[in-house]
Amino acid sequence: MAERTPWSLSGALRGMFAKKTIDDATWDDLEDALIQADFGPGVTEVVVAELRAKVAKYNTTDPADLQRMLREGIEERLAAYNPTLTLSERPAIVLVVGVNGVGKTTTIGKFAKFLHTYGRTVVIGAADTFRAGAVEQLATWADRAGAQIVRPQMEGQDPASVAFQTVDKAKREGIEIVLIDTAGRLQTKGGLMDELTKIRRVVEKQAPIAEVLLVLDATTGQNGLAQAEAFIEHAGVTGLVLTKLDGSAKGGFVLAVQEKTGIPIKLVGQGEGINDLTGFTPHVFAQKLIG
Amino acid sequence: MATFGNLSDRLAETFKNLRTKGKLTAADVDGTVREIRRALLDADVALEVVKAFTGIVRERALSDEVNKALNPAQQVVQIVNEELVQILGGTQRRLEFAKKPPTIIMLAGLQGAGKTTLAGKLAKWLAKDGHTPLLVAADLQRPNAVTQLEVVARQAGVAVYAPEPGNGVGDPVKVARDGVKWAVQKVHDVVIVDTAGRLGVDAELMKQAANIRKAIDPDEVLFVIDAMIGQDAVATAKAFQDGVDFTGVVLTKLDGDARGGAALSVASLTGRPIMFASTGEGLDDFEPFHPDRMAGRILDLGDILTLIEQA
Ligand SMILES: Nc1nc2c(ncn2[C@@H]2O[C@H](COP(=O)(O)OP(=O)(O)OP(=O)(O)O)[C@@H](O)[C@H]2O)c(=O)[nH]1
Ligand SMILES: Nc1nc2c(ncn2[C@@H]2O[C@H](COP(=O)(O)OP(=O)(O)OP(=O)(O)O)[C@@H](O)[C@H]2O)c(=O)[nH]1
Ligand SMILES: [Mg+2]
Ligand SMILES: [Mg+2]
Repeated sequence: MAERTPWSLSGALRGMFAKKTIDDATWDDLEDALIQADFGPGVTEVVVAELRAKVAKYNTTDPADLQRMLREGIEERLAAYNPTLTLSERPAIVLVVGVNGVGKTTTIGKFAKFLHTYGRTVVIGAADTFRAGAVEQLATWADRAGAQIVRPQMEGQDPASVAFQTVDKAKREGIEIVLIDTAGRLQTKGGLMDELTKIRRVVEKQAPIAEVLLVLDATTGQNGLAQAEAFIEHAGVTGLVLTKLDGSAKGGFVLAVQEKTGIPIKLVGQGEGINDLTGFTPHVFAQKLIG
Repeated sequence: MATFGNLSDRLAETFKNLRTKGKLTAADVDGTVREIRRALLDADVALEVVKAFTGIVRERALSDEVNKALNPAQQVVQIVNEELVQILGGTQRRLEFAKKPPTIIMLAGLQGAGKTTLAGKLAKWLAKDGHTPLLVAADLQRPNAVTQLEVVARQAGVAVYAPEPGNGVGDPVKVARDGVKWAVQKVHDVVIVDTAGRLGVDAELMKQAANIRKAIDPDEVLFVIDAMIGQDAVATAKAFQDGVDFTGVVLTKLDGDARGGAALSVASLTGRPIMFASTGEGLDDFEPFHPDRMAGRILDLGDILTLIEQA
């Protein structure tokens, strides 16, 4: 494992909490720190205003109180949604969607491994029939994870038909979990978004879909919200996966995503290794964010 | 994004009022600067860049050049536009070709930024111009990165040097070095070296990138960055500048609706020019970077300018 700088909010925030009393500069520093964590100017304004009111109400001047209130406030907001994955159906079908390069395929590899470790049988559908090398990449992950894979029979095959064949195989062979990889697509591309709707429809004709996971990259800024809204509309997202949290990005935009869409964060990716996937724990996330 | 429509409207409104007033007061300017700040932050421009930028705009907006202008409001917008374009690089810079071929181009950036795709785009674009590019598969880490580059090379109709299977097997520094030798032997006039994605905080992988650079002494090191990136553009750009250093920037995924504040952040923080824009998954979705268009995109200035002219 390489040497890593610890993952926490910027130095500004640390300096701010080390001060003796809360003053005007404290509020400016707090605002800066939240902006730098990608909370976005809107959410930042609200969070700062709420904290100001709390500090006034409890009549405190101690930055340590402020830090605790901030952490608790963020944790409470993050915890307002249920992060549990619903995988009780058989087969449990999971569709994985998102914009280009966020970590969909890698997440499927890690998730398949996780499920395999718990004794579940898994089949992965390679419904990204578009990107160069996508099927081979997924096959490598399936191999590492001990999962089966259904590949397209020819180049550029309709992704919905690959998804169909994967679910079909699971039903015939009694495989418990189906994970379907899809090609990355920007949420502004109407045709490609319609294709997702089609994949969904085709799968749902065979069996209900247990989860549609939208993968969001923690390095993303305010565009994350637009991504979530479009994918929810076209793919019926039921959960969020936040990847690349092993970097210096904080992913603060997910707070707004959760609150505006009501869709919970369910998984967190923290590396390129097969074990770098965990469930979402609001307490841990808030602790890492605020310190 | 809703905030942007609002920004255009709000600024246009402010300017309309100003127009009937003539002179700008400090309060007028502060109000406008606040709106610009908010818009830049919504566009994911790095906070420290926003601060520096609004400082300059405020100063110029309060100076004589504005107060003596016929239309002070329009003058302010002009200033904003000018300063944006200035940071974004003013004029385009083209690829630097080596006096003695081959020209060596190394690609570096975060995971999933679009490096491998860019390798194909650059190669195809150069081939069209009569060059004979060779793609070198020095990402031996990401599962099937080598396969991906081979497919991309085939699509671009160019040669590829891929001696190692990857997936954790092979030494990327050696492959890069041998790739350049291979190019000399086979008389390719451009070498494009694809490398693995890496995080700014990953000291070990950053060192590896520096070692690749040292081994091949490239004419250009292109830092590939996703236009959707948020405030982390600061840490990442600085880490890559310190770690490998780069000679130019390529902004990818500009076919989406991200405002692309990253462009402003990276250009301002590193002083390196943005050279190309990547605008799609296809190998032809690629163009030289236009600072003026980007300025308009970040702040929606095109709209504002027309609105003011109509006011
Ligand atoms: N550091 C880090 N890298 C990650 C993580 N998840 C994925 N990656 C890397 O991000 C890059 C893109 O990952 P993919 O899984 O191919 O992403 P994708 O969403 O399937 O991409 P497309 O199919 O091209 O849209 C790869 O280099 C992965 O190794 C993570 O949690 N941390
Ligand atoms: N829409 C769009 N997609 C792009 C663009 N450039 C690259 N992509 C897509 O983004 C994803 C990642 O691209 P890659 O070229 O694999 O990125 P990379 O930097 O080589 O990724 P790693 O090797 O994993 O670090 C793929 O799905 C590409 O098709 C672009 O300009 N627009
Ligand atoms: Mg993929
Ligand atoms: Mg690559």
